[in-house]
Amino acid sequence: MLSRVADSIYWTSRYIERAEAVARFIAVNLNISMDLSTAGNQQWMPLVTTTGDDDKFSEIYGEANKRNVIEFLTFDRNNPNSILSCLINARENARSIRERISAEMWEHINRFYLMVKDVGDAEGILDDLPDFYEAVRNSGQQFSGVTDATMTHGEGWHFCQLGRFLERADKMSRILDVKYYILLPSPKHVGSAFDDLQWGALLRSASAYEMYRQRFGRIVPQNVVDFIMLDKEFPRAVLHCLTRANESLHAITGSDIEGFTNLPEQRLGQLRAEFAFTSATDIIARGLHEFIDDFQKRLNLVGESIGTTFFSLQAAA
Amino acid sequence: MQGQTQTTGLSEPNLIADYDVGEFYDEMFSPGGSPRTNCQLLYEHIQELTSNDLRKRKTAAERSMIRLGITFNVYGEQEGTERIIPFDILPRIIQGEQWSWMSKGLKQRIIALNMFIDDIYNEQKILKDKVIPEHVVKSASSFRPQCVGLKPPNGIWCHITGTDLVRDSDGEFYVLEDNLRCPSGVSYVLQNRQLMKQTFPGLFEAQFVRPVDDYCSQLLDALNSLAPENIEKPVVAVLSPGIYNSAYFEHSFLAQQMGVDLVEGRDLVVRDRRVYARTTKGLKAVDVIYRRIDDDFLDPHVFRKDSMLGVPGIIDAYRAGNVALANAPGTGIADDKVIYAYVPDMIKYYLSEDPILPNVPTYVCWDDAQRDHVIKNIADMVVKPANESGGYGMLIGPRSSSEEHQKFVELIKANPRNYIAQPTLSLSRAPVIIDDHLEGRHVDLRPFIIYGRDIYVLPGGLTRVALRKGSLVVNSSQGGGSKDTWVV
Repeated sequence: MLSRVADSIYWTSRYIERAEAVARFIAVNLNISMDLSTAGNQQWMPLVTTTGDDDKFSEIYGEANKRNVIEFLTFDRNNPNSILSCLINARENARSIRERISAEMWEHINRFYLMVKDVGDAEGILDDLPDFYEAVRNSGQQFSGVTDATMTHGEGWHFCQLGRFLERADKMSRILDVKYYILLPSPKHVGSAFDDLQWGALLRSASAYEMYRQRFGRIVPQNVVDFIMLDKEFPRAVLHCLTRANESLHAITGSDIEGFTNLPEQRLGQLRAEFAFTSATDIIARGLHEFIDDFQKRLNLVGESIGTTFFSLQAAA
Repeated sequence: MQGQTQTTGLSEPNLIADYDVGEFYDEMFSPGGSPRTNCQLLYEHIQELTSNDLRKRKTAAERSMIRLGITFNVYGEQEGTERIIPFDILPRIIQGEQWSWMSKGLKQRIIALNMFIDDIYNEQKILKDKVIPEHVVKSASSFRPQCVGLKPPNGIWCHITGTDLVRDSDGEFYVLEDNLRCPSGVSYVLQNRQLMKQTFPGLFEAQFVRPVDDYCSQLLDALNSLAPENIEKPVVAVLSPGIYNSAYFEHSFLAQQMGVDLVEGRDLVVRDRRVYARTTKGLKAVDVIYRRIDDDFLDPHVFRKDSMLGVPGIIDAYRAGNVALANAPGTGIADDKVIYAYVPDMIKYYLSEDPILPNVPTYVCWDDAQRDHVIKNIADMVVKPANESGGYGMLIGPRSSSEEHQKFVELIKANPRNYIAQPTLSLSRAPVIIDDHLEGRHVDLRPFIIYGRDIYVLPGGLTRVALRKGSLVVNSSQGGGSKDTWVV
């Protein structure tokens, strides 16, 4: 497969996943802030912080109120990670590989983009926010479905999977971080009705509520961390994402899953192994935020090495 | 089966009733206002529809074009300016016998043009025999001295051609120009047909419309036939300048329909006079390239040195016979509008036949007598630069002010070689849905011809419509739309 095509498939899938994740971030925050009526504007800055774009935000908007944060994360073309920017990028990438993806995939992305763009162009969006973010989340999920059902499960599809699962692993860890920022885990809250509400909202925004309940029953913060980070079978859990990404990486190169033949295989394999052999207790003992921070840095290194190994045009020259 | 009684339409005005054929040849109606024989079925069908129905179908068709992303990019406008080509859902119908004759004429023309290109870059017999003045050829900006001596596979240079035809008030078809570089528009023909099947399914069932669906198979066959002989399963690719090119949709569409790679210059590299694509598993050899990049940008080693779109060394690989290019570099010489004036002479010279399809009478301004005639009659003429496309830089005499006439007189005098002039034709019109009724708009026709082992002419072609009232310019970059073309 052409390096450029692989690059575009990978990023199309990452951007769609990212748009979906940003919608989930905002949805969880909307949900939480409804129950924190006294907290006012303070609850919105952490959201920007978790996406890692605080400098850009402060530069453009200054004050972190609901309207500003939502505009910045959803429709601002100057924010490369806003939902609209993600869809523009996904669409540009998909447009450059239309002949390699199914017609349904392209049409879905195009429709998804037009939907977000139209809402962004319209007035009075703030009233219908929950519906809109739900629509974004659904469209993101539908893209996975359409892709699985219409694209040959060959090399291109594996690049798609790789992009999707790496992005999802990154963003799921950040969703945990949102909660961390909003309510620094404090022992006195643990087990309270209030805490139940908060963590419940977080699980819902990750589409993990029912599956969590089936495994653990009661909502206990440590178990939530366990489920979101370390569950082997839940498709949005970080460990599961790393496992699936690793499988696709090896399917692309055709190498044995038990070893490595290039840098991305080595880095991703190590990272996955650490997740497979750690526990929620260990993570919390180390500090949840520090753990997530370190994880994201290492995940970025995996991404970089994928770029240099497969996409960089010079590499093949 | 019993159903609800249809009452709509009875109180609405008939949308055809007030249609004015005007002073023009109308593609659907004879001068008296009755439908032409081939259009009878279509006429009856739309008679049954209310203007509301028609509009609904039109909107549905346009909406599905946006959904499918069938768009083109407009140069000189902001990034992301994608537009759909406005699509009129009333088909333009061409009678089968007339089409057979046109198709024969197109084949004849392509054979002669191909012989001309091959001759010009090799023996130059036609120049030695003084059928075409040597200086006319050598001064053409699309003449490529770098291509002299090239011998493309099977002696074919122009594999894909789009020839623009117009119908004058006498009802005759004339060739307006030949496009042998990278003619675009065929993807719209194929997509328009898909849309029409959704819009008027009943009409397709009621009459036989010649199918266009095998274009991409024909194209792939032709491309495969160019591969170097020792290659058993050739690797074919479509080379595009990228997503910001106005015809990007088409490049992508054709690659997709043929199931081949769509590549950009940066995806290709030349090693030891072979062309390779950079893939996730290293370099992969490419045997045939349908290039949609102009000669100028194809290879910075040979043509424009500042080209970022091309592939350094690709012409060298081509010379070595290790890669085939369609169309061959150098074919643009036949696009030159001064050369166009000599095509009837070429047909007689190479084939000893009379041209089946006539040219529009053309005055070449490098010739003193012809130039004087043009300048004297400039108010009645259409003046075109020899080497522009997209309808740019031309003068339509009867529609222009005397200042503009004067400006073109100066332009012609300053660079006579660069201009031709033709009498202003009265282009035929076809009915188009405007709001709630029909109005006549000028149309042309671009059939597509593939020259592989045999010659294939796509039945019909792209009908372009000048949507602005009274306008004669059909180019999509200047407010043109399209219609499906039915050969019945």
